[in-house]
Formats: sequence, C-alpha cells, structure tokens
Amino acid sequence: MTTGTTDPFAYHAPTSVREASQALSRYRGDAKLLAGGHSLIPMMKLRIASPQAIIDLRNVEGLRGITENDDGSITIGAMTTYHELVTSDVINSKAPAIAQAASQVADTQVRNWGTIGGSLAHADPAGDLPAVAVALGMEINSASARSSRSISCDRFFRGYLETALRANEVLTGVTVPAQAEGSGSAYVKLANKASHYAIVGVAASVTIDGGGICTEARIGITGAGPHAIRSRRAERILVGKELTESVINRAAQRGGADIAGMFNDDVHASAEYREAMTKVYTARAVSAAVACADA
Amino acid sequence: MTTESLIGQEVKRVEDQALITGRGRYVDDLRLPGLLHLALVRSPYGHAKINRIDVSAAANAPGVVSVFTGADLAEQLGSLPAGWVLIPEQTGGEPMATPEHPPLAVEKVRYVGDAVAAVVADSPAAASDAVALVDVDYEPLPAVVDAEQATMDGAPEIHEGVANNKSFDWTVAAGDYDAAAAAADVVVSERIVNQRLIPNPMETRGIMADYNGGTEQLTIWTSTQIPHLVRLLFALVTGHPEHKVRVVAPDVGGGFGCKLYLYAEEVIVGMIAKQLERPVKWIESRTENYVATTHGRDHIADAEICGTSDGIVTGLKVHVYANLGGYLSTFAPAIPTILFGLMLGGCYKFENLSCTVAGVFTNTTPVDAYRGAGRPEATYVVERMMERYAHEIGRDVLGVRRRNFIRPFRRGHDMPIGVTYDSGNYQGALAAALDKFDYQAFRQEQRDARREGKLLGVGFSTYIEICGMAPSAVAGALGAGAGLWESSTVRVHPTGTVTVFTGTSPHGQGHETSLAQVTASRLGIPMENIEIVHGDTERHQFGTGTFGSRSLAVGGEALMMSLDKVIEKAKEIAAHEMGVDSKQVSFENGTFYVEDIQEREIPWGDVALGAYHAKNLPDGLEPGLEAVSFFDPQNFTWPFGTHIAVIEIDEMTGETKLNRYVAIDDVGNVINPMIVDGMVHGGIAQGVGQALQECAVYSDDGQLLTGSMMDYAVPTAEDLPSFETGRTVTPTTVNTLGAKGAGETGTIAASPAVVNAAVDALKHLGVTHLNMPLSAEKMWRTIEDAKEARRARRSAAARGGN
Ligand SMILES: Cc1cc2nc3c(=O)[nH]c(=O)nc-3n(C[C@H](O)[C@H](O)[C@H](O)COP(=O)(O)OP(=O)(O)OC[C@H]3O[C@@H](n4cnc5c(N)ncnc54)[C@H](O)[C@@H]3O)c2cc1C
Repeated sequence: MTTGTTDPFAYHAPTSVREASQALSRYRGDAKLLAGGHSLIPMMKLRIASPQAIIDLRNVEGLRGITENDDGSITIGAMTTYHELVTSDVINSKAPAIAQAASQVADTQVRNWGTIGGSLAHADPAGDLPAVAVALGMEINSASARSSRSISCDRFFRGYLETALRANEVLTGVTVPAQAEGSGSAYVKLANKASHYAIVGVAASVTIDGGGICTEARIGITGAGPHAIRSRRAERILVGKELTESVINRAAQRGGADIAGMFNDDVHASAEYREAMTKVYTARAVSAAVACADA
Repeated sequence: MTTESLIGQEVKRVEDQALITGRGRYVDDLRLPGLLHLALVRSPYGHAKINRIDVSAAANAPGVVSVFTGADLAEQLGSLPAGWVLIPEQTGGEPMATPEHPPLAVEKVRYVGDAVAAVVADSPAAASDAVALVDVDYEPLPAVVDAEQATMDGAPEIHEGVANNKSFDWTVAAGDYDAAAAAADVVVSERIVNQRLIPNPMETRGIMADYNGGTEQLTIWTSTQIPHLVRLLFALVTGHPEHKVRVVAPDVGGGFGCKLYLYAEEVIVGMIAKQLERPVKWIESRTENYVATTHGRDHIADAEICGTSDGIVTGLKVHVYANLGGYLSTFAPAIPTILFGLMLGGCYKFENLSCTVAGVFTNTTPVDAYRGAGRPEATYVVERMMERYAHEIGRDVLGVRRRNFIRPFRRGHDMPIGVTYDSGNYQGALAAALDKFDYQAFRQEQRDARREGKLLGVGFSTYIEICGMAPSAVAGALGAGAGLWESSTVRVHPTGTVTVFTGTSPHGQGHETSLAQVTASRLGIPMENIEIVHGDTERHQFGTGTFGSRSLAVGGEALMMSLDKVIEKAKEIAAHEMGVDSKQVSFENGTFYVEDIQEREIPWGDVALGAYHAKNLPDGLEPGLEAVSFFDPQNFTWPFGTHIAVIEIDEMTGETKLNRYVAIDDVGNVINPMIVDGMVHGGIAQGVGQALQECAVYSDDGQLLTGSMMDYAVPTAEDLPSFETGRTVTPTTVNTLGAKGAGETGTIAASPAVVNAAVDALKHLGVTHLNMPLSAEKMWRTIEDAKEARRARRSAAARGGN
C-alpha cells in the first residue's frame, strides 16, 4: 500500500541533449528522463517506477516549439505541451488530428504539462498521440550523445510501454510529413470516464484526388491493443475508391483486423467491446477525415 | 437590508472567503514543534493469517523513531465499537454478531487495506519509505467479496463463529404481503443491484495528536463530521478518560458520511502520540483513502411488487444482501436496515410490506453511510419497481404514481410500517416538475427520434426521504448507541456581538452562513457581529454532529431555543431598565421597546452591556447573557420531490448522455436558497455519477480493481447538463423553522430517475431493467442482446407461420 511518496532518487537538470544522453548512459538504464511528468511521476508515487535518477529535460535547449518547414513538413519539439499543440495555428490548419487528439487528453492541468515527446516515448497503450503519429506517418527524431536518427512511426511502437528508442537516446521531436493537396485528418475516441484515456481511439488521414478517389489512407488505433497499431487492412479497402458511406463502413469492419487476438480486456472494457468499438470509431474517424479533406 | 429579512435570502457564504483564498486550515496545514509522521503498513491481501511481522529493518531505517505492530499495542488500542446494535426483536431473536475490530490487526487481515503496523518517523517520506521495509509473513486464505456468496455454505469464514458470515438477519413488515401477492392480478419481481461506491471527499482523512504527559491531556485534530462522538468513543475504546481528551475538527474538506465514525487511525495516532509523548500526524493518501475509508451502498436486492391490473399497488417485498465489508464500521448496521426498511413505503398508499436484510461480512473495505445512506438504496428499489410495475401492466408511469400517491397532508400521516410522515404534497411536487417539463411533447419527440435511430428516454423519481436524525428515544429503541439530539450555546458578549456554539460539525454545508442568518434575523443584528463556532470539544457543549441532513432541522432548532432564552432574559433586563413589566416589552429589529410608549426604547447592545455591567439588574437575576439548549425532536423530517431525467443513448456504442435534468425538491422552509441549490446540485451529481459511471470493483480474491481516480469515475461538470431546479414549500411541524433538510435529496432522487430513463429509452426493445452503472459497454451489450432476441423471436414467428 503506497502512501503517496516516491522512493529516493537523484535529480539532474542538463542543458543539452548530449548531457542528458550521457547521464542516461551513466545510470545504465536505471535513470528516467522527465518531461511533463504526468505519466512518470504517478508511477513513481505508486512505486511502480523507482529510478535511481531523474534527468529533467526542461532546461535542455531546442526541444520546444512548432516549426513549419519549407517542404511543408512540420517539426514539433519533444517538450511541446498538449496545450501548445491545441492552440497552434499551424497544427490546426495543417494537421488538425493532432490538435483534436491533444485537446481530448485528460484535463487542463495535464494538457498544460504533458508533452508530445513524453506521450510517444511512454507509449501508453491508451495514449492519444501515438494513434495520430501512426495516422499522419510521423518520423520520430531521436539523439544520443554521439548520433541522431529518425524512426518511422510504423516501427516506433514495439509493445506495451515499449518503443524503438535505445536506452541512451532522447526523443528530440517529431516530423509530420507534408500533407498532400486534398488531405484531411481526424481523431475520435471513446474515452474512459475516469482517466479520459482511450478505451478505443482512432486517428485517420486520407488524401482524395480531384476525381474524388482516395489515393492514400492511414489509420492509427490506440486503446484497443498493446500499443498504437496501424490498421493496414482497413486502409487497403479505402485506397483507390470513392469514400462513400458504404465503402467506409466496409473498411471499418476491418478496423480491428490488425489487432485480432491482441485486444485489451480489463475492468474498463472487455476485448469484445473494444473490438466492436474499433469498427464504429474507425468509421467515424474516416468520415471525419473525409469531411476535413472536403472542407 | 433589515436583518429580519435574512431568512430566505441568498446570502453569500461567509466561510468561502478563507477557503478559496487558501486560508483554510485543514489537518495537514497544522504543525507542531517536534512533529512526527506516521504511515501505516496495510494488508495487500483480502484475507490472510499473519504468521509473523519483522520490523527490524524498518526500525533501523533512517529517520524512523518507532514501529508498532498490533500485538505491541493490543492492550492500549482495544476494539472499535459497533455504534448501533440492532435489537433482537428485529433480528429474529438472535443478537447480531459484533466481532472484535482491532485497530491494528493482530492475527488476521480481513480486507486489502486493513492496517497491520504503524511506522513513526521524523518526516512523511521517511515513514513511508520504512513502510516498505516492514516484513509481514502472510498466509493467504480464501476470500469472498460478494455478499450473497459469502452467506453460502462453504464460503470462507471471515470472523470466527459468525455462521455464514451474517452479522444479522433483520426484518420489518407491515400488513400481510403474502396475502396481498396471492390476491394480486400482477406480481413482478426483479433483482436490483445497488453497486458499491467510494465516497471521494475532496480532502482525504487526516489526524494529528498531541499529548501532554504533565496534564495527561490528549488533543486529537481529525477530519471528522462528529468530534464529540469521536471523543466519547475514543474514551470508551482506549480507557483514556473523556475529560482528558479534546477532539478538534478543523476545516474539513467534505465527508459525505465517510467521516462519521471512530476510525482505527484515530485510535492508533492518539495512543502512539500518548506513548511517545510527541505530536504525531497521519495524512491519508488518496490510494489509502480508496481502501481504508468506508465505502457506500453495495446491496443485492430481490424485490417484488404486486397490484391490480389497473394500477393500484398493493404490496412490496424486498430481500437484501447488504455487504458490510470486513468489519462493522460504527453505524454500519443501521444503514441498510433502519434507514432502508422504514422508507420502503415511499410516498404511496400500499399497506403490505415485507423487508428482510442480511448484513454480511466480506473481504472488502467496511461499508457504512454514504450521502443518503440507506435512503438512496430504498428509493431506488421503490421508484424502479413502480416503473417496472407500470410497464408490466402497460400503463403510464405517471398515471400509476398518481393513483397511488398519499393525499396531501400538513400535520402527520401514519405509515403502515410504523413511522409518521410530517407533511407532504407529492402531487404538488410532481405538478411543479411538469410545469418545467412538457411530458406529452417529450413523448412525441421520443417517437420522432426513434424513427431517426436515436434512443431517448425519460425517467421519474417521485421520492421521499428521512432527514433530521432525530428522535433519540426512537433511535435508541432501535439500537442506536448514542442520542441524536443537537445542542447550541448562544453567548452574547458585552458589546452585543454574539458567538454561537453549535454541536453540528459542518464540512462544506455552509452552517457558518445559515446559522448566522437565523441568529441575525432573530436578534436583529448584522451577520458580521455573529461568529459561528463548531468542531471543538473543548470550546463548546456536547453535540452530535453533521449527517443525515440534520444540522438545520435539529441543530437550527437548538439554536432557536437558545436565542429565545437569551431574548427572554434580555427582555427582563430591558424591562427593569425601563421600569415596566417584562411582559410589556417587545423586541424587534434589535430594539427592545414598550408598545405605545415612544421614548421607552433600548437597543440590543445596551442590554448586552447591562447584563455584564450588572449594576442595575432585576432582583435575583444572574449577570451575563448566555444560554445553552439541547433539542430532541419528536419526529424525523420527510423531504420529498420529483426529479426527471432525460437521457440519450448512442445505439452504436452504448454511450449514454444525460440531456436534461429537472429537480423539484420540497425541503420545507428555506433559510438560504443558494445554499440549498448548491446542496441539490452536488447531490444530483453524485446520484447521476452512481447511475452512469461510478462503481467500485473487486477481484474475487479481494483486490480493489478500481483503486484510483484513473479507474473510478467520479462525475465532473462535463458529464452533466445544467440542472433545472425548483421548489415547492411544505413546512415541517417538527421544528419551528419549518425546515426539513436538504443535504441528500439530490443523491437520493437522481439514480432511479436516470435508470428509469434508460429503461424507458430501451423499452421498445423489450428491456425491463438495467443495473447501475450504465456504462457504455453495458448499454451496448443490452442493445445487442435485445436486437438478437428480437431477431430470434421474428424468425421463430416466421417459422411458426410456415
Ligand atoms: C490524470 C491523467 C489523465 C491522463 N489522461 C490521458 C489521456 O486521456 N490521454 C493520453 O494520451 N494521456 C493521458 N495522460 C498521460 C499524459 O498524457 C502524459 O502527460 C503523457 O503520457 C506523458 O507525457 P509527459 O510529458 O508527461 O511525460 P513524462 O511523464 O515526463 O514521461 C513519460 C515517460 O516518457 C519518457 N520520456 C519523456 N520525454 C522523453 C523524451 N523526450 N525522450 C525520451 N523519453 C522521454 C520518460 O522517461 C518516461 O518514461 C493522463 C495523465 C494523467 C495524470
């Protein structure tokens, strides 16, 4: 039974990614980076996590902010908060699914602290932004003391609270690829009434050409399985077709096909319900993305 | 504004300034030099034998002063009391089982959270770090968490010698239900589960104790609703003399009933402070609060209603498995029995009633009062079964209610069950609610919506409840271990300002405002000149405390009595001053005067000063101006009303949304409408929370699966529409204020209204009942199953037709 305090830990506040990564190496996997703290600190107070050291990213240079690049892509620093995403003009006009997802995270307090980097690195199976990362085809940028790289969202989420980040790597930000003409995106979720985490959350992005045919579709699903999962089987039904209600519904029926056998089953919802809701919410997400593309 | 007019005015709450500017003083804000901090080692098992406890590592940890186990303190701590022992006349002649309840478990743990050892250290962090170092060797035992299963043969024995884990089988009856059922056209039965809830006050519990070895005075600050009862029970349990204990309830951040007991921690912290002769503090974490503070509800009721085919109800029968948890909490036996069974008549005329309640121990957190306490459970059964019956006979739910309502009455109505309602006008409240809600128009809207695939439903709750706890003789005869009267002292100071000491113990209800309004109106002095003091056994006379919507109905009346006494004495002083007989003196707007004699006038302040200056008092009159009163009412009060809920269900997902909520409450006369509205709003939120989303879930081995606010869904503003509230006013005759009590109506009325609405929305699918909470998944499954059943019926019919 916990009494609301953490185990003892050392605290570091580096000012560069290099120092942060070195600190991670020094503790050989027994240190944790601290971003908004809204996943990490609750776990520490419950003593589910008891790292030897906390490496606070708040003073690290260059991890904040939203930049629109010349090629139309958008770079978002890891330490950018949900609140900053929700209120950003660039995000709202170019990648509205991000703002929709961020605005549905928890409550004001959490949105003022929680960060996109923390959300992706933590990879909570019910986190909102991981689904959007998958649907928008984000590149996740990371760096260690010696090198930096970028990881495709399709390969980033590995399992329950597990990502492709290495032990000494800092997630520095994400790049949202330029969205083609005729694109639209959306995020919808069935929220857990208590935490607001997704019981099922679906992000969809579609590109529709001048003839009304879907040329590209990406669907990311969170809450339903062990981690955010791309729904390729549903996407395939959409691509090459006009996105009528019946096409969308047919695709939605395959919404959970990529999660088959892996649906979460807990006190909040049964696997059967999650599977059924994955279909309903896939249809709703795709319809909303189409509406966004039309707008 | 003349002070006379303060009754019924929306005076802003005087207590809020301090609370919302961070100047409140809760237990955790209090500091003493040399303060130590206590943390508890709690059982991670639902049921286990304690083989051995090794505290050596914890005792040697940095900052740790002492570690105590149950065995170390067994002598000093005693056993927590059962504050209400049901009488054998109502428990089949068998005395109810009241097993020992050691504050620190000694041989066995009986629920997750049961305390087994206490660590005292020089900081909260050191204490909680050391908790992890206490090595308890548990031998897990089979556990049972469901009250019905716990009574079955072969269920684990939780308390030695308590057969089938039953503390009691309680019975109450009126008329002859079986005969009524035999003669009835229709008998409908339903299993109605009232799920377990976690009270969730904003402030968790907290306790600080300080002992002076020189004077043997022990002071305990605790977040409680009942400081005097805590002191009394503490003295009885520990043997520490009552007059050497002071209990203070500082600012208390909500209770909802869960701070209405003597808790293990109060005894533990108090006695350890005494042993160490150092101040000790314990602050409950939210995680602890979820398992160590009492839960509410948790009934499994098998209900049966009978009546004629044209809508006259003739009887109701209910059998309940009431989950008591691992031990008896202080008032646990009274909640599912007295406060449940005596309310089952609702506001209806039927005369045959049968109620049996099995109080059952399980390996769960103890269950006791939670806002409404027994009455929400009763109202839920009555109002759900009324609609269930109406559906069965194919009649309108309002028509059936109207046919069965008791007629309006102003001065007492005897109920077959043996209680007397004070005053009521159930038709009036329903009519007022229908003024705000166009029922016919809604039915049209509902039909139209259904055609568009939208599921809408309306539900009613024409409730009644018991407030103003209440006649001590009645309660005592039914097993209460303490009186239920209330007290006040009015102390007039020489300058004419007034301190009111009330025995009630507010923790959010706004007594500082309401009682000051009453005092100001009666004395004709400004509210700023009045201080309301409560929550300190050393500062004022014994009081019972705040629960059961009793503070105004009982405590307010005790205040009126003291005000009357003070005014009587002041009149004597004024009369003497004016040279007239005191019978000739009138008192109004803060002035004593003699009718028809203009120049004879003395202001309140002069009389107050005169009382203390004492140079010109009537012969034989004592100096000073102060009065103490104890009010014991002759009856409970019986508020009532009509609540209407409109809900919408997403057919695809089962998500349920409360679209509208209309509440007409009759709480008798109202002192401060804004405070009553606040009470009603909060109450409705909690009732809706129960209906739609709150539920404490245990695994079979006794783990609380909804152990945090991430898992247990307390309702927030976004889950609720703007409530449409209103009132009818039928004053009570039980007190001169005419006030009935308003603290619980919302909670009591709301859950049946919402569930009735959900059933109404799905009625066309053949749904007759739904158990709370109406989670999206449950609604989705209900809709899917109903559709499946309909398909099966249709294809069977089609086959039959071939
Ligand atoms: C009450 C409540 C409700 C919530 N509801 C929701 C919800 O509805 N939807 C939702 O998506 N989330 C929800 N969350 C979680 C919230 O979004 C967290 O803020 C988020 O998951 C983590 O972000 P953070 O910045 O707070 O990260 P932190 O808690 O600081 O870190 C989380 C993990 O990520 C690691 N990490 C952080 N930043 C980096 C980085 N730059 N590089 C590498 N590793 C890093 C940390 O070491 C840690 O292991 C809720 C949280 C709370 C407290």
